[in-house]
Amino acid sequence: MSEASSPPLSTASASAAGPSSGARIIAITSGKGGVGKTFVSANLAAALTRRGQRVLVLDADLGLANLDVVLNLYPKTTLHDVFTGKSSLEDAVIAAPGGFSVLLAGSGMVEYSRLTPEVRSQFMNVIQSMAPRYDVILLDTGAGISDVVLFSISLAPEVLIVATPEPTSLTDAYAAIKVLAMQQKRQHVRMVINQTARPGDGRAIAGQLQQVLERFVTTDTGRALRLIHMGDIPADPAVREAVMRRQLLLLQTPGCPAALAISQLAGKIEETLLSRAG
Amino acid sequence: MADGHAPAQSLQAGLTPTQYLQTLIDGLCDLSLKDPLTGLANRRHFQAVLEREIDRVARSGEAALLLMLDIDRFKQVNDTHGHSAGDTVLQVVARTLSQCVRPMDTLARFGGEEFAVVLPACQAAFGKAVAERIRRAVAATPIEIDSTTSLSVTISIGGAFALQWIRSTTTLWTDRADHMLYRAKAEGRNRVCIEEQPDSTVSAEEKGMLFGPLYTPSGWGDLAAMNLNDSAH
Repeated sequence: MSEASSPPLSTASASAAGPSSGARIIAITSGKGGVGKTFVSANLAAALTRRGQRVLVLDADLGLANLDVVLNLYPKTTLHDVFTGKSSLEDAVIAAPGGFSVLLAGSGMVEYSRLTPEVRSQFMNVIQSMAPRYDVILLDTGAGISDVVLFSISLAPEVLIVATPEPTSLTDAYAAIKVLAMQQKRQHVRMVINQTARPGDGRAIAGQLQQVLERFVTTDTGRALRLIHMGDIPADPAVREAVMRRQLLLLQTPGCPAALAISQLAGKIEETLLSRAG
Repeated sequence: MADGHAPAQSLQAGLTPTQYLQTLIDGLCDLSLKDPLTGLANRRHFQAVLEREIDRVARSGEAALLLMLDIDRFKQVNDTHGHSAGDTVLQVVARTLSQCVRPMDTLARFGGEEFAVVLPACQAAFGKAVAERIRRAVAATPIEIDSTTSLSVTISIGGAFALQWIRSTTTLWTDRADHMLYRAKAEGRNRVCIEEQPDSTVSAEEKGMLFGPLYTPSGWGDLAAMNLNDSAH
């Protein structure tokens, strides 16, 4: 188990954050669909859990949610029931195979693909009432830049963009980053490159994106938005295997290169985002 | 086949029973799909078109624009010139609108003095221009309500694009467009308000840099290898 081998552990971080500040909220998003955003969310949650963090994954992809499919969970109670007042929030929080908690959107959430003031406040209420109970809340947002996606991202102080090295994915990721810089005045965005062919690819890609950002996207401070490369997940046949079986990669083949990379990513997130108090 | 008075009519018109039945079906279709006054699609038909469009956009991610149009101060026309003048105004506006849209667009009378158009495959950049063209066309068309009186009316237009990649509902889409229509009215009528799309345009220059010479795509697997073979850098 990796938790034994990581000396700084989460101990201080979790308690230092305290009940008042609550969970660190991280939005996981992508410019383009189908790049492994939900896969990363679920497995990252498992990896963070293994490191001792209390993790909640919130299905914020209201229109086209499929966290349930990735996790092979089909609960009777979902966020939809909470929004419609049919059940309490507590009943909708369920335990995922990786030991973390999930709040699934459920079908019927189509109605929330428009961002009405009610949807906004319901969403914010959910996050507010869950925040004190966890160390990390991962928002698995939709792809693209619709108003719902941008709204759910806006609830998170940290954004992790998932992209693959494919040109279309990178273009869409760049477009999303640009919107985040301009609309949400973000100074930095974090990035993980999924399905890389060889070591160093992600860093080179992030470097390239940063160059374009420096040239075209300046933030309020007059400086370019900073793209923080958090790691790569190598292309790995075990991923496809796990996805097809609807199992978490971290449980199915914890030793495979992609699983190790996700554990490493969890370590880096813990180190940079969770060890700081408040 | 011969019961009631219908066959007599069909015989009179010189139609065979099959032709008669076809005429009857066509007539019923018109009745169920068209607005009798203006000849435009009625609300039921429009609803079906919107639903189809939402499904298409959710799959394809293409842009589609919905415009809601409302004749400004229509009640005054009715009150001052009578309801038949009001009907003439509706008919002329309907005709003007139908001259402004493409064959692939669906134009409907949404109710009262409100019209709606759905424009499939309408790029975000052109939405405003299309709506402006419609608004100007109506404003520039005089309406003769009798031999001595000619009116001119204006319309307010609200528009919203379908949410790409997201399965929404027709109600939500029309709500968003309606909301913009209210805004156009509130801002003084005879104008166009279209919901703003988040600007994510990536220019050719940016794309050029994203995939430009700074980063040789050595990591893009086979694709990169192929490109290297093709071009000599």
